[in-house]
Amino acid sequence: MLRENGFGSGPTSGGKTNGAPVNGDPPIRIGVYVCHCGTNIARTVDVERVTEKAGELPGVTIARDYKYMCSDPGQELIKEDIEELGLNRIVVASCSPNLHEGTFRGATAAGGLNPFFFQMVNIREHASWVHEDRESATDKAIDLVRAAVRRVHHHKALETRRVPIKPEVLVVGGGIAGISAALTLADGGKHVYLIEREASIGGHMAQFDKTFPTLDCAACILTPKMTQVRNHPNITLMTMTEVVKVDGFVGSYEVTVKHRPRFIDVSLCVGCQQCIDACVYKRGKFEDEFDAGLSMRKPIYLPNAQAVPQVVLIDPEQCIQFSSGKCKQTCVEACDRDAIFFDQEERIETLDVGAIIMATGFQTFDARRSPHYGYGIYPNVYTALEVERLVNASGPTGGEIVLRDGEKPTAVGIVHCVGSRNQKSNPWCSKVCCMYSLKLAHLIKEKTDAEVYNFYIDMRTPGKGFEEFYQRVASEGTHLIRGKVASVYQQADGDGELLVDVEDTLAGMVRRIPVDMLVLAVGLEPRYDAEEVRRTFNITCSGDGWFMERHPKLAPVDTFTDGVYLAGCCQGPKDIPETVAQAGAAAGQALALIGRGYMELEPNTAQVIAEDCSGCKTCIPLCPYQAILHDDAENRAEINEVLCKGCGVCVAACPSGSIVQNLFEDTEIYEEIEGVLAYA
Amino acid sequence: MLEQADSTVQAPQADLTSQTSAEDFEPRIVALFCNWCTYMAADLAGTSRMRYAPNVRVVRVMCSGRIDPQFVMHAFARGADGVLIGGCHPGDCHYQEGNYKALRRFRLLRRVIESLGIERERLRLEWISASEADRLRKVADEMAADIRALGPLQLSIPAEEFRNAEGAGAEIPSPEIAGETAAKEVAVP
Amino acid sequence: MKKLAYYPGCSLSGTGRAYDESLRAVFAALGEPLEELDDWNCCGATSYMSIDKGKAYALASRNLALAEREDADLLTPCNACYLVLEKTRRHLAESAEMGGRVRHALDAVGLGYAGVVRARHPLEVLTQDIGVERLKEAVKEPLKGLKIAPYYGCQIVRPYATFDDQYHPQTMDQLLKATGAKVVEYPFKTRCCGASQTGTLPEVGLHLVYRLLNEAKARGADVLAVICSLCHFNLDVYQSKVRREYDLEPIPILYFSQILGLALGVPAKKLGIDRCVVSATPVLERRAAHAA
Repeated sequence: MLRENGFGSGPTSGGKTNGAPVNGDPPIRIGVYVCHCGTNIARTVDVERVTEKAGELPGVTIARDYKYMCSDPGQELIKEDIEELGLNRIVVASCSPNLHEGTFRGATAAGGLNPFFFQMVNIREHASWVHEDRESATDKAIDLVRAAVRRVHHHKALETRRVPIKPEVLVVGGGIAGISAALTLADGGKHVYLIEREASIGGHMAQFDKTFPTLDCAACILTPKMTQVRNHPNITLMTMTEVVKVDGFVGSYEVTVKHRPRFIDVSLCVGCQQCIDACVYKRGKFEDEFDAGLSMRKPIYLPNAQAVPQVVLIDPEQCIQFSSGKCKQTCVEACDRDAIFFDQEERIETLDVGAIIMATGFQTFDARRSPHYGYGIYPNVYTALEVERLVNASGPTGGEIVLRDGEKPTAVGIVHCVGSRNQKSNPWCSKVCCMYSLKLAHLIKEKTDAEVYNFYIDMRTPGKGFEEFYQRVASEGTHLIRGKVASVYQQADGDGELLVDVEDTLAGMVRRIPVDMLVLAVGLEPRYDAEEVRRTFNITCSGDGWFMERHPKLAPVDTFTDGVYLAGCCQGPKDIPETVAQAGAAAGQALALIGRGYMELEPNTAQVIAEDCSGCKTCIPLCPYQAILHDDAENRAEINEVLCKGCGVCVAACPSGSIVQNLFEDTEIYEEIEGVLAYA
Repeated sequence: MLEQADSTVQAPQADLTSQTSAEDFEPRIVALFCNWCTYMAADLAGTSRMRYAPNVRVVRVMCSGRIDPQFVMHAFARGADGVLIGGCHPGDCHYQEGNYKALRRFRLLRRVIESLGIERERLRLEWISASEADRLRKVADEMAADIRALGPLQLSIPAEEFRNAEGAGAEIPSPEIAGETAAKEVAVP
Repeated sequence: MKKLAYYPGCSLSGTGRAYDESLRAVFAALGEPLEELDDWNCCGATSYMSIDKGKAYALASRNLALAEREDADLLTPCNACYLVLEKTRRHLAESAEMGGRVRHALDAVGLGYAGVVRARHPLEVLTQDIGVERLKEAVKEPLKGLKIAPYYGCQIVRPYATFDDQYHPQTMDQLLKATGAKVVEYPFKTRCCGASQTGTLPEVGLHLVYRLLNEAKARGADVLAVICSLCHFNLDVYQSKVRREYDLEPIPILYFSQILGLALGVPAKKLGIDRCVVSATPVLERRAAHAA
């Protein structure tokens, strides 16, 4: 009864760990290397004692400790010992295998051994960095080393597997991150599918007016890039498209995408906008998303003036034709190109790609979640994104900064850190708000000559030219008040004038400052559907909800899923240059993968020992990759090694113990378990 | 043959219990972690310099679905006071659904160990994602404290019988080899 | 709806009698008459808590235990009682040590507390359990033309914002709007009423009272609605003192439940309207005359 649930083969034996030959092979000669990692390990773990204990273990020929095992001399040590002492197994106790397993396998191979005669012990992340007591951390390190030494006896020579990499790349998200990554890849001669959920590429950057600290016009630098995307022969641009499913694995992902209907044939529309003029709505009636709701548009509209593709779309929620079916269809009449199709439907398509770059961006903090700033309550409280549109010459006011009643403001407050650095909303610093708040202070002052008050907690200007910009804005006469705003309310008798109660920590007093416009520097946060997207792509989110990089220092654009890379704010708040740099790095990683043409996979696949298999078929439905077939003639299971991903589920389930997994053989795991338990 | 082995095998058990007086008892916890989530969380706990109980010894497998119930039984038989299984959250398995297999086995396994007189607290399954270092810290500390309170694992049946139960129906290791292993463990200074 | 045991607390049988009378009348008019918790005791308020936490928690938890015995939640109109009971519930859930001590104490009087009782404020019960729609349907005399400043005070949203927003509470606004009255924008709705400083530091306390009243006046409010008997006391009783120091027109202070009662057609007498120091009668009569 229990067998079906995985009570399979028993431990084969613990008796082969004493250095004696296994099946007539040459005697086991193990070299153990214990790394100090400077003082990272040595401070908490007594590396000398670990080395001494390792030297006493059966099969160990040499045990050494060394300052930095990952350094060239450290690796050289391994190579020399293999040659001079005839070692045939290597154990390195240092950091996480995620960091340096490859390094030491390389060193093992350089010494002339099969790289899989190596085992790594993690005594930094799992011991010295997480424990304070030297005695117990050292004991733990000794146990872990013992486990590895016992395990490595049973290691076998293995060959890595290679999978071919398809040269196409999918870029998800058409903001500045996705655009940059796509162009880099396309310029490198690779075919790119750039998919964007909205009707135009450009992302948040397209909404900005100027960029800090250089004050160059965002549109002037972004629009040419958007045009390049449209014209690039190697880029297939798909707007109003979302990923619904990702199958496959590195090198050959099968990505199912959904094209939402635009009700306009993209290949026919030339963007003349006559349909918009002809619409039965004489004026705009619906909030324009691109203008952050500050202007009104019709149900048929162009996403924005610089939109790529320069093609209109129809919102079926708003268009009368969709709600009543009885519209006069003046737009259809007006279209010379006959590009309008009310019957367009959602379309599903599958894309085959070798690698994926995630560039899904961020959303701004919803200021309604901090109601004490009065957003959504008082009309003259704005978010920074709204003010970006007001400042912008192509925005709803033609670049005039005016209040809702059309008057120019005379006093403007800018509240930093709205939604950021706050345990009640988002604990992180959104990184760009101080700088964009200074930029807005400068632009508002320039355009209105209003008194501008910036209320900040700390002024964070870590970037090239940032501090200089801060000094410049300060010298322009902007009031910089260090303190948190406690509350905002509208004067009882005033004409919409707002009172800002704020602590001025530099002056040591509480101040009440009247302003007629308040700008909330809303922070950046993961998109509302980041969790869903992460699951679709099988990547990880860190605790705060941003996509998680494989290693914070050494693999900042990789994910735990091979062939999926991160670019831009989906990984965390970033400014534009950082985003572009990261997009370049992600594209570079994808190019490296494609350029190599193949990917080396861990040889951790499972195999059936044919003579032990009873043909019970327990394993077959368990395999998530359909890699196990039943050979009817021989009545036994067979594993297709190409399809096997090495999870080992079948191994644990096999009632007769006739499936073995390379690198994770039962014997190896039993030895490890016994090793950690055999306390000295 | 089995009786013969009994005497040798029991030696380390007796030895273990005698050397650990109640006050300075430090539980031995074998942690079987999947490579993609919980092992990563343990790495993150390290890079974040979190502090947790040093009783946990991690053995890495690719997927919690690789964990053969016998790994757990074997750990108990060889002196573990607790076994912690760590995998990805439901729906997050790197191999789609290995963690569900682990859950199924775990549920059954808990019943089995209880029937063998091992307290259920000694076996724990936790979903800990790569970003949940703090959760790992919490679980490690909790488990160490819980098991410290329970005291050392005292098998109510002789160790060899337990091992037979563990390998029930499967190939039983030959007494000579089992004896040899045990003897060697005792000999470790 | 889980059964509710009415816990008036001490002030509702003293200075806050009008609150007690009007609440009972409102709940009765809505078909949910209040049943008082049998044998309740002092919540401990702030004073006990600052002297001996152990005794303070034991004292407060006796009320929770009594309610638990009846399988009820506590309907707690006084802001101070509400905060103390909520704090006790949370602390006992978090602290095993204090939980143990308190259970030991309760055990001595034959009571037990498993932690399932919540203190609930009438604002929460009226908006969430009874619902604004039901209230609207029950309104017999819409208070058209009455302008009200809603004042929540501190303890109902700080530190725990359990059923309303900490900075921008809305539940009382919704209830008052349901009566047909106009609720004025009142940004000081959670600022300090002066609390006990009106007694200890009168110049500070009276200034705080002045600010609240002046702002309500400036916003055009006819009355200020409160939900706490201490707030009521400060704003009502001290008004004459404030007016000696500051230039201020009198403004009547009513419990929100008195206003709801009026709209539900309960006679003013039964709502304790005449118990106010600053009489609300002229304002109410003017409104009625105007509406007619």
